[in-house]
Amino acid sequence: MSTHRSIASRLWHDRTFLWACLIAANIAMLVLAVLIISIFWQGFGTLSWSFITHFASRKPAEAGIRAPLMGSIWVCSICALTALPLGIATAVFLEEFAKKSRFTRIIQTNIMNLAGVPSIVYGILGLTAFARMFGAFGTNLDTAITFGNQESLFYFRLPFGSSVLAGGLTLMLVILPVIIIATQESLRSVPSSLRAGAMALGATRWQTVWCITLPAAIPGIMTGAILAMSRAIGESAPILVLGGLLLVFNTPENLMSDFAILPLQIYHWAGKPQQVFHYLAGSAIIIQLVVLLIFNGIAVLIRQKLQKPLQ
Amino acid sequence: MTAETPIPSTVTSSSTAGPQVTIAPARPSVQGQTLAAAVRETAIKVRGFSSWYSSFQALKSLDLEMHAKHVTALIGPSGCGKSTFLRWINRMNDSITGARASGTLELAGVDLLSQSLDVVDLRRRVGMVFQKPNPFPKSIYDNVAFGPRLHKVYTRAELDELVEQSLRQASIWNEVKDRLRASALSLSGGQQQRLCIARAIAVGPEVLLMDEPCSALDPKSTLAIEELIETLADRYTIVIVTHNMQQAARVSDHTAFFFEGHLIESGATEEMFTRPKNKQTEDYVTGRFG
Repeated sequence: MSTHRSIASRLWHDRTFLWACLIAANIAMLVLAVLIISIFWQGFGTLSWSFITHFASRKPAEAGIRAPLMGSIWVCSICALTALPLGIATAVFLEEFAKKSRFTRIIQTNIMNLAGVPSIVYGILGLTAFARMFGAFGTNLDTAITFGNQESLFYFRLPFGSSVLAGGLTLMLVILPVIIIATQESLRSVPSSLRAGAMALGATRWQTVWCITLPAAIPGIMTGAILAMSRAIGESAPILVLGGLLLVFNTPENLMSDFAILPLQIYHWAGKPQQVFHYLAGSAIIIQLVVLLIFNGIAVLIRQKLQKPLQ
Repeated sequence: MTAETPIPSTVTSSSTAGPQVTIAPARPSVQGQTLAAAVRETAIKVRGFSSWYSSFQALKSLDLEMHAKHVTALIGPSGCGKSTFLRWINRMNDSITGARASGTLELAGVDLLSQSLDVVDLRRRVGMVFQKPNPFPKSIYDNVAFGPRLHKVYTRAELDELVEQSLRQASIWNEVKDRLRASALSLSGGQQQRLCIARAIAVGPEVLLMDEPCSALDPKSTLAIEELIETLADRYTIVIVTHNMQQAARVSDHTAFFFEGHLIESGATEEMFTRPKNKQTEDYVTGRFG
C-alpha cells in the first residue's frame, strides 16, 4: 500500500525553496551593492584626471596613482600573455594528446593541488626562481648579466630582480592552475562526436584541436581567463614578497623596470590615519575596477571574435 | 512501412542532378592513382581477421570480400562486432586504448593494419558517416569545405564548385543553396545527416562507411538517405551497418551477418534474405531473435 504525498505540502516545499533561493541571491547582491556604493561615495570626490596622471606624494591633494596603475597594467598584461598560452597548451596536451598514464595522473593531481596553494607561497617561489634565479648570477644586481641599454625598451638582464617581468611571471604561476583546470573542463565538454567527425575526414590531431575542439571550447576558456585575471589583478601578497615598491616615481619602460601595483597602493593609503587618504584609496579602487573591466572586456571580445557568429 | 511513403520531390530532382557532376578529388600521389584504379574490382579483402579490446576478442577470424561500387550491409544483433569491424576499415579504433587486430584487411591491395600506414591519407580515401548526425558548429558551407581544406589549398571558386557538387551528390543542395552561410545546427536531423554525407564526399573518398546512418532519423528522412545510398553506389564502395533488416534488404547488394564476433554468413542480399544457408541467419532475418 502506498501513501500519497499531499499536494498542499509539496507546494509548500516548492514555495519555501524558491524563497530560500531568492533570499540567498539577494544577500549576495546586497553585499555587493553596499560595497560598490560605499566605495563610490568615498572615492568619487577625489577622482580626477590629475589623480591618474600624478605620481605618489605625501600631500594628499597632489597624490596620484600613475605608477601603480601603469605597474598593474604591465604586470597583468605580462601575466595574461604568458599564462593563457601556457595554460591552454598544458590543458590541450593533457586532454587531447597525452595517453592516460601514471605520469599524466601525477601532473593532473599536482595541478589540482597547486590551485589550492596560498598565493604568498607563489611569491616566495617567484622571488627565488625569477627575481634571484636561485642565486646563479650572484646575490645582488650589480653582478647581473645585462643586455642592451638600461633606458631602452629592449633592456634585459639575468636575474630579473624585482621587475615587472618577475612580477608578471609570479602572477602567472598563481593563475596557471585556474586556467588549466577551466580549459580542461571546457575541452571535456566538447562532444567527442565532433572530434570523431574531424578525424574521420582525415584531420590530424593538431587540425582537430585547432579547427574543431578549441573553437568549441573558447567560451569556457575565456570565462576561466576572466576569473583568473580578476584574481591576478587583486593579488598583493606575492608581489609584496617579491619586493613590490610603493614609492615609485616612474612608469615601467621595459621588462626590467621597477614597479608598484594598485592593491599595494590601496593597502598603503587605507592604513594611513588621515581620513583624506581613505578617500584616495576609494578612488584607486574605482580605477582598479575599471582596469579589471577593461581586461575582462578584452576577453569577451576575443570570445566573440573567435566564435564566428552564424546567422 | 516506409516504402509506401512518397519520395519527397526535392530528393528525386536533386538525386538525378547528382551523378551528372564529377568531383575531381585531390589525389596527388602516384600510389593514390594505382589505388584508385584497383578499387574497381574487389575493394576490401578480409582474411582471418580478428580484433581485440584489451583481452576481449570482439571479432573472430573473419573472411569477407566487399566489391567496389556496391553496397555491403553488415547486420547482426547489438554487440556482435559489426561497428568494430567498420571502424577498423578507416582505423578509427586507433584512438581506443587496448584495441588491436590481426589477420588481413586490405583496401585495393593496401594493408590497412600496417603500422606504417598513413591513417590521415587512409581517412581521405575512406569516408565515414556516424550513427548520430555530427555536423560541426559551423556554417553549412564550412562543414562541407572543412575536409577539402584540411588536405589542400583551394581558390575560392574551386571550393564553391566543390561544395555545390558535394551537396548536390548528397541530395541536399536544393534545400540549402539559399542559406549556405547559416549554421549547420539549424538543419533538421535528416538534413544534418545528408550534410554529413556531403562532408564525407567532399574529400573525394573511394569508400563510404556508414554506421547505422538512419537509426536517429524519422521514416521520411530514412527514405531520403536510402534513396541517396542507391545513387551513391554508382561511384562509391559503400559499407553500411544497420539494425534494420528491411533497410539492409532494400539498399544493399551484399549482406554479411555477424553474431557474437563471428561472421556467420555472407552473400548476395537476395540469397541471404530468401535462401539463407545457415539456420542462425534464417532465424535472424526472419525476426526470430535479435
